[in-house]
Amino acid sequence: MALVLNEEQRMLKESAKDFLRQRAPVSHLRELRDSKSMSGFSKELWTEMAEMGWTAILIPEQYGGLEYGYSGLGIVLEETGRTLTPSPLLSTCLMGVTALVKGGSAEQCGKYLPEVASGSHLLALAVNESSRHAPYTVTTTAKTSDNGFRLAGRKTAVIDGHNADTLIVSARTRGADNDSDGISLFLMPADHPGITIERYRVLDTHCASHIMLDDVVIGGDALLGELHQGAAVLDRVLDASVIGQSAELLGLAQEAFERTLEYLKERKQFGVPIGSFQALQHRAAVMFGEIEQCKSIVLKALHALDRDDGDIPELASLVKAKLSETAHNVAAEAIQMHGGIGMTDEFDIGFFLKRCQILETFLGDRYFHLDRFARQRGY
Amino acid sequence: MHELKQFKSEVRAWLEANCPESMRQPYRSEVDVCWGGRNWKFQSDDQQAWLQRMAEKGWTAPSWPIRYGGGGLDREHAKILKQELKRIDARAPLYSFGISMIGPALLKYGSEELKMQHLPPIVRGEIRWVQGYSEPNAGSDLASLQARADDLGDHYIVNGSKIWTSYGDQGDWMFVLIRTDPQAPKHQGISLILFDMNTPGVTTRPILLISGKSPFTETFFEDTRMEKNQVVGAPNQGWAIAKYLLTHEREMIGETGNLQSGAELLSRVAVKKLGLDNGRLSNPVLRTDIARFEIDEVCHQLTMERARDEAQAGASLGPAASMFKYYGTELNKRRHELLMTVGSHDALVWAGTQSHDGLVPRLWLRSKGNSIEGGTSEIQLNIVAKRILGLPG
Repeated sequence: MALVLNEEQRMLKESAKDFLRQRAPVSHLRELRDSKSMSGFSKELWTEMAEMGWTAILIPEQYGGLEYGYSGLGIVLEETGRTLTPSPLLSTCLMGVTALVKGGSAEQCGKYLPEVASGSHLLALAVNESSRHAPYTVTTTAKTSDNGFRLAGRKTAVIDGHNADTLIVSARTRGADNDSDGISLFLMPADHPGITIERYRVLDTHCASHIMLDDVVIGGDALLGELHQGAAVLDRVLDASVIGQSAELLGLAQEAFERTLEYLKERKQFGVPIGSFQALQHRAAVMFGEIEQCKSIVLKALHALDRDDGDIPELASLVKAKLSETAHNVAAEAIQMHGGIGMTDEFDIGFFLKRCQILETFLGDRYFHLDRFARQRGY
Repeated sequence: MHELKQFKSEVRAWLEANCPESMRQPYRSEVDVCWGGRNWKFQSDDQQAWLQRMAEKGWTAPSWPIRYGGGGLDREHAKILKQELKRIDARAPLYSFGISMIGPALLKYGSEELKMQHLPPIVRGEIRWVQGYSEPNAGSDLASLQARADDLGDHYIVNGSKIWTSYGDQGDWMFVLIRTDPQAPKHQGISLILFDMNTPGVTTRPILLISGKSPFTETFFEDTRMEKNQVVGAPNQGWAIAKYLLTHEREMIGETGNLQSGAELLSRVAVKKLGLDNGRLSNPVLRTDIARFEIDEVCHQLTMERARDEAQAGASLGPAASMFKYYGTELNKRRHELLMTVGSHDALVWAGTQSHDGLVPRLWLRSKGNSIEGGTSEIQLNIVAKRILGLPG
């Protein structure tokens, strides 16, 4: 598959770009922050996104979706990365949908996916239990009881956990605390008895949550995928998710870079544009090259997901490690090259670094993924 | 789609039958690289057979038109051939500045006569080409070159010198930039001329490098006759062709950052040398640097692939070639730095059969020139900043 967008994808990109520029530019994020939004996103905007079909992109046609694939959703995520637009696209339409499509029964898919496609149902995946991404470290237990399960434990850093209608929770059904074997996934309503969700704000205006599971009793039909074998589904969900995050980081890096490039051409000191100084030119040229590389690998990884290639784990970690490093460097350089004004809250450029740090950290930072990449390659 | 699949299985079967086993092994020394030419001594029968078989198919220059001896493959088919070669770790049948540099320039700017004369021998690996660009006082500022020609009607008499001629003492023909109009502004009086290195008045002198090898020469012209019918394009219009050719050179040098056919994955070398400890390379700090390197290697490789997918078939990458040149060479330097660290004490050995005459340290030292030759890294960044990003000054 050639590493280029097809006609349909180019149109999707243009329409996403236009919509977000008009309806949700960076000032939209600022308004949510200043109004101390509890959810961290706008429900009105979400409805409009659903009308655009974005909530249905990944969902198979048989469940009311558009079946545009990861390449399609990646395009939209890249554009929301440019405008830093908060929405449950990642948590619900990528993470949640992937979990259902990869692990769910026909009945489970039929129950949730049409509602997700219409934008009326939100999902969140609760994986982590400590302050560091460690998807196999699961101490939350799910014990069989009667015809179902009884869950107890505590989850943290749950993206959009406070917004979700339905939670997907990993819990241990056998084995030791760090085994990949013995992890199972469960679907449950967020307002189910025994569940307490504690929302917290992260450093731009997005929110995440801690989730306490205190003797949560659920039926056998809540099991998502095979008992004890949840790690296989989880791996694919997390791989797809970090590739989606990387698409978002790609948009973020491009926008921060383009804004900086404009500033280098406009801002005059010593009677000339500061962009005429070689010290800045060379740094800009290197950033350009890094971003071009990021475009190639994100496209490749999205294609790999759509084709179900064998090297997805290696590619996913490669992409997350590279995008984290590049986007972070670009966002930090953007502040430096803007000088004093880049440090002010009034100016938007600082939002890019904040969002970058959040995306990097959730679901594994560059060090986590460097290690995982090397392990995938056998060293 | 079906036709491509068929092509793929045909290529696979043909390679299986025709690529000798010894041509599927990693390079062990410089003589494993086949350059061809009048004076080439094949290192083995297999090396010779591999070149001849590939050349007969036109697959030493897969995308060149068939009438000039090439393979006549479009981008998709050429890509399949490349993948299949890589799949069996086949060595390149031929390394050639004819294929990577003067060939593309001739295809774009040369007359039909020049194409028919020069391209088929290039494909067959019969003529080894060398480049005459830089001069002692014209490095980064190449257009200030001084080698000059007196116009004697149907030919020129040339005096001057060139420097950094790769393998100048082994070349059969040279493509050279000569100032044919000293009155014109510096970019407008230059011609690109082809001539046989056996012409009287041409001498070469090897330049000993820090690697202890002499891959470059100085080349001197003393009343050397060069024919006007060997000027590529119009006289005095050579600068545009020279720049076009430089982008090809940069693409080619950029490729050196790729995992070349026959080159071993760095992490595999490291695992052999250092061993694993609970599944991880036993030196965890070095492991991180190797992982970062391998990630950047994939990034570079996929970006070159994407650029080619985006470009029209056969089109030049233009100023983007500068970016690839920059990354490819910086990556290659990193690779050799890491190979030195992985090799440790062994990588300090300079001579003897066990070290293949100090292959590892010599390649490391040689790699330092990658970011200088073909335009320094700094020049490439200048080009990106000005011609792609539109930064002023």
